[in-house]
Amino acid sequence: MGSFATSKEARRRHQTQQVAFAVLAGMTVLLILPVLAILGLLIWRGAPALSIEFLFSDPVRGMTAGGIWPAIVGTMWLVGVSLAIAAPIGVLAAVYLNEYAGDTWATRIIHLAIVNLAGVPSIVHALFGVGAFVLFFQFGTSILSASLTLAIMTLPVIIASTKEALSAVPMPFREACWNVGASRWQTIWHVVLPNSIAGILTGVILQVSRAAGETAPILFTGAAVFVPFLPQSVNDQCMALSMHLFTVSTQVQNVPQVITYGTALTLVLLVVMVNGLSIVFRSRIRRRRKW
Amino acid sequence: MSPDVKSDRLVGRSPARERLHRAGELVIETVIRICGVSAVIFVFGIFYFVFREAAPLLFGGLDIGQLLTSEAWYPDSSNPRYGAFALIAGTLSVTLLAMLIAMPLGIGAAIFVSEFSRGRTREILKIVIELLAAIPSVVWGFIGLVILNPIIIDIFDTPIGLNILNGAILLALMSVPIMVSIGEDALKAVPDSYREAAEAMGATRWQVTWRVLLPAARNGLLAAVLLGVGRAVGETMAVLMATGHSVNVPDSPLDSVRTITATIAAELGETAQGSDHYRVLFVLGSLLFLITFLVNLTADLVIRGIRKR
Repeated sequence: MGSFATSKEARRRHQTQQVAFAVLAGMTVLLILPVLAILGLLIWRGAPALSIEFLFSDPVRGMTAGGIWPAIVGTMWLVGVSLAIAAPIGVLAAVYLNEYAGDTWATRIIHLAIVNLAGVPSIVHALFGVGAFVLFFQFGTSILSASLTLAIMTLPVIIASTKEALSAVPMPFREACWNVGASRWQTIWHVVLPNSIAGILTGVILQVSRAAGETAPILFTGAAVFVPFLPQSVNDQCMALSMHLFTVSTQVQNVPQVITYGTALTLVLLVVMVNGLSIVFRSRIRRRRKW
Repeated sequence: MSPDVKSDRLVGRSPARERLHRAGELVIETVIRICGVSAVIFVFGIFYFVFREAAPLLFGGLDIGQLLTSEAWYPDSSNPRYGAFALIAGTLSVTLLAMLIAMPLGIGAAIFVSEFSRGRTREILKIVIELLAAIPSVVWGFIGLVILNPIIIDIFDTPIGLNILNGAILLALMSVPIMVSIGEDALKAVPDSYREAAEAMGATRWQVTWRVLLPAARNGLLAAVLLGVGRAVGETMAVLMATGHSVNVPDSPLDSVRTITATIAAELGETAQGSDHYRVLFVLGSLLFLITFLVNLTADLVIRGIRKR
């Protein structure tokens, strides 16, 4: 065998390595390019629409003119109410799983349920919302029904990230607290939660971004194509940005391009900004963590 | 940083206050336990309430054989027929093509992120892939409608670009993020000693990946693909807007179809509550629930099997 660096075998292997690297990098670029192209196009065609007037006025003439203010307000209602329901349940569920539950079959079933809850199709969540909240509990098609549906759908997001935040709190913190005579709950309240609050907030932010973008679960449970007034309570129906984008791009004829692109851009900017916030938040936490 | 404990609050209380405190604690711990099992309650709740609306038709005259094998979907005709075979074929064809596109991209990107990139590049890649996951499905549908549609018409010279190919491209992009994140976890779970042993024998990074990591992480990558399949089968808005809305067993990727999910979304609003048409949509919903449940369960068992080892 000749010298290692110049042997045929070594060169061939080096070439394969180069090709493999190029192919894998190419696949990754193929994933990233569409995102950039899509964002670019949405901004290019949607930005001219984004004016104070577009954001803050009502749609008029069968939604072929005017703005999207009621849809923005409706989305805020849906996100706010679903967050108020999902956040406490999700955080406490994660507290149970991380601080109380042992490694038993019951815990396994809970984990399995969370995985499956995250995997249930959004349209099945919608059917559930209709069957349970609209009809059985008689909340009607309302913000309450839609928000409950959204809350259950986004629960796994909050549980997963809260659990991660809780398990990042080192065990000695808890042991130190138990040693001075604190009970389990006192330890959680005074030590575990304060030390993981930033991570918990990250999960909550992600829930907001998921809930703001969903369409199918609110189609039949509380969102409406057009509501002539802003919602006053959780018993009202509302418009929503996601639903509005669906309506103006498929259900209504002759909607000017600026309105459809403007609506799409507003929704994407909202979701991306909220997501960006959680990414910034997370990297801050990582940098600041002292243990 | 030391744990923040206010010890004076924890000791030296009067017995009465102590008892009150114990009671309060019992209440809060009960609430925590209920929340803990809430996910189980919700999953059962979802199945119960969807099935409850489907049951009267399911046990009252619906021909299940016809539902699964007939192509005749005429829910509104005076002689209504509920044959969902075309819808099932629609879902399968879009999912299959989506996975053919997504698998190489997703697994390739997972390998690239996990083994071939580091530091800043890796962080940026992960953030972009996370953004890909954040784009709402209705926006993907909009993209299929206004961007992919004319492109497909141009390239393939078809009269309409809303078809299986359009929906599959969107679904592929939507299901790739979960494949990358689960696939990356699977590759990371391979012990470093495997890599070191291979490198010590002079293997290049690609040889390490191809001959050592991929076989070792096989199950995890399978789970990643399964979770992608689960996503694709259940996706609603994007396929509703981009696959062309025609009930039809497809011959080619350029045919328009309608999936199970899109049918439910499109027709539920028009049906009278309690009618057979309304109930058959809940039957389809139960079917979807069972399919995704099985897919997710399998993926979870596969992942768990790896952790045990």
